[in-house]
Amino acid sequence: MSDIAIRVKNLSKLYYIGERQQHHRMLRDTIAEFVKRIYKKIIGIEPKKQPFNNNRQSSSFWALKDISFEVARGEIVGIIGRNGAGKSTLLKILSKITQPTEGYAEINGRASSLLEIGIGFHPELTGRENIFLNGAILGMKKNEIKARFDEIVDFSEVEKFIDTPIKYYSSGMYVRLAFAVVAHLEPEILLVDEVLAVGDIEFQKKCIGKMEKVAHEGNTVLIVSHNMSSIRALCTRALLFDNGCIKTTGQTDDVINVYLSTNTIGSAERVISDSDYLSKENKISIKRISLLNNAMDTFSVYWREPIKIAMEMEVFEDIDNVTFGAGLKMLDGSWIYCTHHNDYSTSPGWSLKTGFYIIKFTLQNELKPGVYKLAVGAHQEHYMNNLFHIESVYIEILGHTKDGVTPLIYNPGIINGKSIWEEPKIFQPSDLNNDNP
Amino acid sequence: MHTTIIKPKQNWETINLKELIEYRDLFYFLVLRDLKIRYKQTVLGGLWAIIQPFFTMVVFSLFFGKLARVPSDGIPYPIFSFVALVPWTFFAQGLTNSSNSLVGSANLITKVYFPRMIIPLASVVSGILDFVIAFAVLIGMMFFYGIYPTINIIWLPFLLLLAFITALGVGIWLSALNVEYRDVRYVVPFLVQIWLFATPIAYPVSLLPEPWRTAYGINPMVGVVEGFRWALLRTDTAPGPIIIVSSVVAVLIFIAGSLYFHRMEKTFADVI
Repeated sequence: MSDIAIRVKNLSKLYYIGERQQHHRMLRDTIAEFVKRIYKKIIGIEPKKQPFNNNRQSSSFWALKDISFEVARGEIVGIIGRNGAGKSTLLKILSKITQPTEGYAEINGRASSLLEIGIGFHPELTGRENIFLNGAILGMKKNEIKARFDEIVDFSEVEKFIDTPIKYYSSGMYVRLAFAVVAHLEPEILLVDEVLAVGDIEFQKKCIGKMEKVAHEGNTVLIVSHNMSSIRALCTRALLFDNGCIKTTGQTDDVINVYLSTNTIGSAERVISDSDYLSKENKISIKRISLLNNAMDTFSVYWREPIKIAMEMEVFEDIDNVTFGAGLKMLDGSWIYCTHHNDYSTSPGWSLKTGFYIIKFTLQNELKPGVYKLAVGAHQEHYMNNLFHIESVYIEILGHTKDGVTPLIYNPGIINGKSIWEEPKIFQPSDLNNDNP
Repeated sequence: MHTTIIKPKQNWETINLKELIEYRDLFYFLVLRDLKIRYKQTVLGGLWAIIQPFFTMVVFSLFFGKLARVPSDGIPYPIFSFVALVPWTFFAQGLTNSSNSLVGSANLITKVYFPRMIIPLASVVSGILDFVIAFAVLIGMMFFYGIYPTINIIWLPFLLLLAFITALGVGIWLSALNVEYRDVRYVVPFLVQIWLFATPIAYPVSLLPEPWRTAYGINPMVGVVEGFRWALLRTDTAPGPIIIVSSVVAVLIFIAGSLYFHRMEKTFADVI
């Protein structure tokens, strides 16, 4: 028996830009190219030149380039890196969803890949039917599903509705059912994408618990994640991907430090370029966003410390009634909160003349440790009239305060809630009246 | 120890039958899903399996049978056309559904691995239930007209298989093409319509003299339709040569289709 669970050797993947975008070649393009080629051949102009191929090569890029690594049996390895670094592509290749362009990989053992939960769930089918369908899609045999069916239903806590079409389920029930199926896979090698780790913390906790269990049984786990705290908690080793290559590998903490010091988080300043804008009217241009109360010169703040930001910008024409907004988003793009400079007032917004400005603001921070997106924007008069919108800056909330106090990570929820309690005492009706003015 | 090797595939690889069999449970559940959701939230439900061929038969009987007086080999025109429409509907549905099947399952294809062939295969197979329902109506109609099937009926499964292979052969080809070229979506209804009239459903094949009649078998559905008439209605023309030609063509279409499918399969997840 081999001690290597996953062996990857010189793996490369070339994508054509057209394939990644949601653009589908129309038959007429191909026919047009074909006719052009024939025509050129007949006329005799540049007989060697094939516009079709040239086009393709110029619009291609290597999502992975010459990747080699090994994962030993029983290891939990985390893969980190920026968006587009090739992490997900690697997972897709190892899951056999897409093919490598060059190189090869070897997987020793029964592998399951979880790129998403609830794959193939059909809204018209009942919970029961979806368990079987989803299980089969994930590679379980009919008998295996049957044998574990009761456990799955138990785990999902939806037994009352198991024969109801899932279109009537709440989103929480849906996720629980989906996760219940996944949790009862018994793979020797588990390939997990970060999509699993989004959702509520309760759910993340279940995922993490499941992965720990899988690993303790001597199985192998490969996790792609943006969530540094879960990578830190789970993985013994990590790989840092950058631009399709492995930038570094080693102890999880070391690799995360390298990542944080080179990533966008890695500097307390972020120079904004055109590609950072999700939308832009050419009236204001953001030059730089800096984190004023940065910890260790990175784009990270201590736990529970308000986030202080400075934004340098240039205004190209006189504009009035401008409202600035800022907020935080989860990595999947869902809002945690969004605020505006004049949220609690009736003032119409600021008037700005042409010139350079710096604007400072403070964001409340009751978030759990992790990496989040900072979103900033501005609009004029009406919120539909967007001046710019940027959310390409990541911010990490560290896992401790300046004084080293660490939060209770395993409390469910996105924020650090706080409640004030009194010790229980014998009930006296008069107590109620006193406490409620 | 189960070892999987992942490397770039060669261009022309043959079908991995062993793998298909390994995933038979997934196939089973996909067929089951198709059957269960097909008539969900419809008022008439399974009746739709009958309505389509039945009303086509009524229209054909009126316009081709009554008005145009198309010959029908001495058989009442309604039963003459209905016996052809039942396998035809199975074929046309199978072809249409399988062509759109891969694109309709994009979320599966980009998120999990399984032999892609299962998807179009399941969508053709799930049409068999509709066929069975329509076939029961056909038998009822035959009794109504006082026509009783001959011993040749034992050939029906083979003829159904022929329709199946043709539908699947063209379906997988179009479904793979559809992944890259969404034009296919618009081509399919058109193709089915032309194919309907290129098949002797509204008219008998006996309108053609030999050797053209046998050559007509190049359209595999000619063999299926004539075979159905011969097996159920006792038409004089034993369509042996036609069926042989049709079978050869159907198998060739299927082989070409699956080769093309397997060639394109590796890029499905990137392109879809």
